[in-house]
Amino acid sequence: MDRQAYSQLEQQITPKAPLGLNLLKAFVTGGFICVIGQAIMYFYMYFFDFTERTAGNPTVATMIFIAMLLTGFGKYKRIAQFGGAGSAVPVTGFGNAMISAAIEHRTEGYVLGVGGNMFKLAGSVIVFGVFSAFVVALIKTILVKFGVVGW
Amino acid sequence: MVARGVIHFGSRPTIRAAAVAAGPTEKKKSPFSHQFDRLYDSDLCGQKTNEQAHRQLIEDVCDLALNKAGKTISDADYLVCGDLVNEMTPSNFAAASTGLPYVGLFSACATSTSALSYAALLTEAGAASLVLAGAASHHSAIERQFRYPVEYGFQKPQNAQWTVTAAGIAAITPHEPGYPSIVQATVGRVVDYGLTDPLNMGAAMAPAAFDTFRRHLEAAGREPEDYDVIITGDLGAIGTELFRKMATEAGYTVEGERWRDAGKEYYGGDPAFFSGASGAGCSAAIYFSDVYNRIMDGEYKRALLMATGALLSPLSFQQGESIPCTCHAVELVMGEGENG
Amino acid sequence: MTASFLIAFVVGGLICVIGQLLFDVAKLSPGHTLCLLVVSGAVLDGFGLYEPLIDFAGAGATIPITSFGNSLTHGALQEAEKHGIVGVITGMFEVTSSGISAAILFGFIASLLFRSKGRP
Repeated sequence: MDRQAYSQLEQQITPKAPLGLNLLKAFVTGGFICVIGQAIMYFYMYFFDFTERTAGNPTVATMIFIAMLLTGFGKYKRIAQFGGAGSAVPVTGFGNAMISAAIEHRTEGYVLGVGGNMFKLAGSVIVFGVFSAFVVALIKTILVKFGVVGW
Repeated sequence: MVARGVIHFGSRPTIRAAAVAAGPTEKKKSPFSHQFDRLYDSDLCGQKTNEQAHRQLIEDVCDLALNKAGKTISDADYLVCGDLVNEMTPSNFAAASTGLPYVGLFSACATSTSALSYAALLTEAGAASLVLAGAASHHSAIERQFRYPVEYGFQKPQNAQWTVTAAGIAAITPHEPGYPSIVQATVGRVVDYGLTDPLNMGAAMAPAAFDTFRRHLEAAGREPEDYDVIITGDLGAIGTELFRKMATEAGYTVEGERWRDAGKEYYGGDPAFFSGASGAGCSAAIYFSDVYNRIMDGEYKRALLMATGALLSPLSFQQGESIPCTCHAVELVMGEGENG
Repeated sequence: MTASFLIAFVVGGLICVIGQLLFDVAKLSPGHTLCLLVVSGAVLDGFGLYEPLIDFAGAGATIPITSFGNSLTHGALQEAEKHGIVGVITGMFEVTSSGISAAILFGFIASLLFRSKGRP
């Protein structure tokens, strides 16, 4: 069997991801995590001195705290197996990426292991976020300077 | 005329004993666990790190194999084994603690059979009266190296495989009646069909398995029906199906109980492990427990062990390279008289 | 208030559906997918589109990682408005430091408390 014929056979036999089901699971999981976020946000707004604008920061921090507990007790990977992107895309997934790396590399010591590897997975998100934000903001600032658009 | 890569062992070295040690997931989930010689309740096997646990598995299984053979470490001449951790440090440390002359072999998950054939060569050459040969893997130590941190959440597809925590060691001696003899080994070529998905290793390895399978049978002048069992290493459910399709298309009759795959059977087809088990310890654990026991019980007279290995690294994968694969075959025969 | 939960559920869920499509259809790795979403968030804020989404969906828009890109751009633009071009560089983390600082803090605490468990 040559490579091409094998490649076709491989495509046939390898099971396709059940797209509809995966999308539904991602929708429900992601939606549910955002609902929890909304509830935490209201909590900070009603019980503390936060506005709708400023409640976002403590909400994110609390969500990552929950992600720490779920990751540490080995539950987050199960949620992820079910929810796919539904658990990866929310900020809890970002937290899970950093926390799982920190736990994993603890055996190499706190400086080289935990410190050095914490951003192993999440680092690229920060890098691309910062760089794209820089480019976007730079373009917009220049456009504003030349009077093409307003703030 | 000698077929390329095929070794006939005229002296018929024997596997005098074989032993397996495995981790807690195996204890709970593997239908073969009652045949394993030692099962741990903790992934750490009483050590501080996964890598130390990995080494502990190898050390323990060496002791177990020696015990079962009725020998001590001072009777052994060589240790031939390997694992999947960078530079095979678990095997290296285990070799240090045994104090044996040591050859570390890397054939990824095909190490169980490459170690067997290397040990048989040492024996055939008259260089050894007892060789410990085998392979091992430790789930957490391997996952974090090849994929993601163990607790990182990502959705594994149906074709993913689960790296086992297990070590298997066989004690090879010059021919002794009443034990399985190694009569032929086929050294695998590296076959690369251009597959790139590291979560579909079974599919990447199947062509390598078929290549070695055909070369081995041609050199032996045998048909699949001559074997009581033809057991591949860790193709998993998907790789096994592909391997059988390739064999069928080449005109071999693929049916019956004799066609097995260690990875597919390792966790009893539990869907929590997707396509099945993988890892260097997977084939070693099944070959050196279930298959060995069945040979000793007389159920199998002639067995073909074909451990498969995907020879990738995280670096080669990230650089966009395909997955080169290999498969090493070893033929075991029980009983005297007939030539191998 | 019930409506706001429902909107957060639907909008947050839909952003995750986009992520799942990138996983399953575009065959991107989790890393590539998340980077793409962050960049999308940053670009959307450049067009002034993400803040209205937050006003509409609340946590449905602030919890997905796209919000991180949005906050970075937003911080940069806020500072640029005050200090010109230099603000683009200095302002990025003005709005969004809580996610990263929380992840670093809890990541470190987790490494003190937990071990990984190789179970399915």
